[in-house]
Amino acid sequence: MSFEPHAEATRAKPAQAQSHWLRRLWRAAPTKPGQTYGVPGEGRTLPISVGAVVLALVAWQAVTALGLVAPLFLPSPVQVVQKFVAILQSGYTGAPLWLHVLVSAARVFAAFALACLIGIPLGLAMGMSPVMRGLFDPFLEFYRPIPPLAYLPLMIIWFGIGETSKVLLIFLAVLAPVTLGARAGVRSVAIEQIHAAYSLGATRAQVLREVVMRAALPEILTALRIGVGFGWTTLVAAEMVASTQGLGYMVLSASQFLQTSTVLVGIILIGLIAWVFDLSMRALERRIVPWKGRM
Amino acid sequence: MLEIRRVSVFYPGAEGSEPVEALRNLDLEIGPGEFVVALGASGCGKSTLLNLIAGFLAPSFGQLRLDGAPITGPGRDRAVVFQKHALMPWLNVIDNLAFGLKLQGVAREDRYAVARRFLSLLGLEQFETSPVYMLSGGMQQRVGIGRALTADPRILLMDEPLGALDALTRERAQELILKIWRAQDKSVFLITHSVEEALFMGTKLIVMSPRPGRITHRFDLPFSRRFLDGQSARAVKAAPDFIEMRETILRIIFADEEQAA
Repeated sequence: MSFEPHAEATRAKPAQAQSHWLRRLWRAAPTKPGQTYGVPGEGRTLPISVGAVVLALVAWQAVTALGLVAPLFLPSPVQVVQKFVAILQSGYTGAPLWLHVLVSAARVFAAFALACLIGIPLGLAMGMSPVMRGLFDPFLEFYRPIPPLAYLPLMIIWFGIGETSKVLLIFLAVLAPVTLGARAGVRSVAIEQIHAAYSLGATRAQVLREVVMRAALPEILTALRIGVGFGWTTLVAAEMVASTQGLGYMVLSASQFLQTSTVLVGIILIGLIAWVFDLSMRALERRIVPWKGRM
Repeated sequence: MLEIRRVSVFYPGAEGSEPVEALRNLDLEIGPGEFVVALGASGCGKSTLLNLIAGFLAPSFGQLRLDGAPITGPGRDRAVVFQKHALMPWLNVIDNLAFGLKLQGVAREDRYAVARRFLSLLGLEQFETSPVYMLSGGMQQRVGIGRALTADPRILLMDEPLGALDALTRERAQELILKIWRAQDKSVFLITHSVEEALFMGTKLIVMSPRPGRITHRFDLPFSRRFLDGQSARAVKAAPDFIEMRETILRIIFADEEQAA
């Protein structure tokens, strides 16, 4: 057949492209059966991520082992691990490591729970009612971009230097994204779904409970993930004043004594805890909103 | 019996311009067991009419009554099947089917018993506990139809329910709807863009025309009877009088389009 050579040519070219993986960065190869051609960002990332982390650790170790950076500025990974083991064995400033972790986690998760308890109903109400939106929107939008450090003094003046001001500071940081997420979730319900429920005899309360709240769930879960992230970023600020325990306190006080390896231990611990929590939230997401993005 | 008397609908126009007359002086009756199909170019007010009957929209003038009672809002005596099936993805197939009964507070076992009857009627027995987002478009639409039927409405309102289906699935769904319609003896109001679908399915056809939206032609149709009396769908659609009628209606619609343009 006359088009045979042409077909052969087009078939041969991508095979060449596929042979060099670097070229695939610029031009996509045809997909294997069962995949979709041209999906942006398609592909496995785990090996690349593992490789990147290992590479960073190796570079870190190399830079420090070669004496390119003074240990005061950047201790080697080995030193950080040694410091971690030391803190694990004998604690930090009189408290065992698990207590520092527990205190910080309790602060963040107490604030997170409070933010869920208030933020989710508030966001749903703001999504459902123009009155609620009109009432709360200006305040929410006003305080949202303000850095927590700016209103930390107010928290302390109003609520003292105890646990209340610490938890409230984190709570405020988590509240805004959770509320806005729940509010956006209300918008994600399709009007046909609402009409269908009404035409099946639903009351307004039933539409809210059986349709809007369910449809908002994926957005709410995403908002919770973002919110708890904000909580961890605010932890150090919250533990700046009058703390003797907590990872944020550990990082801050160690920095005052230039104990860089302890600072790094604290940072890595905060990062790891937040990361593990995010992973479990994603697993939860797959379990309770498996339809997300599929309908 | 659904009665629509001298109904007009005006939409507010854009800033400073005249209101748009979406429907003018429309009269229509849909009797028990009747299958009324609305055909017409886009903008002829078909969807407005359906929204009026469903109770989502109040008429500017005129009255709508169902069995003598004025329609004042949506209700389960008028279940809607949407073009986008509008299923609840957080519920599986049988919970979607039984959704209307759940809203009415029917106990789980009782509503499942009802839903299972429709499950087999719709040929979805094997998919009772499947998530709806895993189903094909045709199956999703069958669940949507089943959900409306499970609520046991007086009248079934269908807004281009088969518009998104491929030709083959669409024909199968037409046959299924007709069979269910006869078995259930519901009134149906169906909107479609397909002349063939309209002729095949309806007992009564209204052809609507835009600017202002109004009914310009009414026909009584014999074709669905032939199918339900045992003729094959293909035979019904290939009959000379079916083809002749199809061409007549198409001429009407094209003439409307040209007049409007």
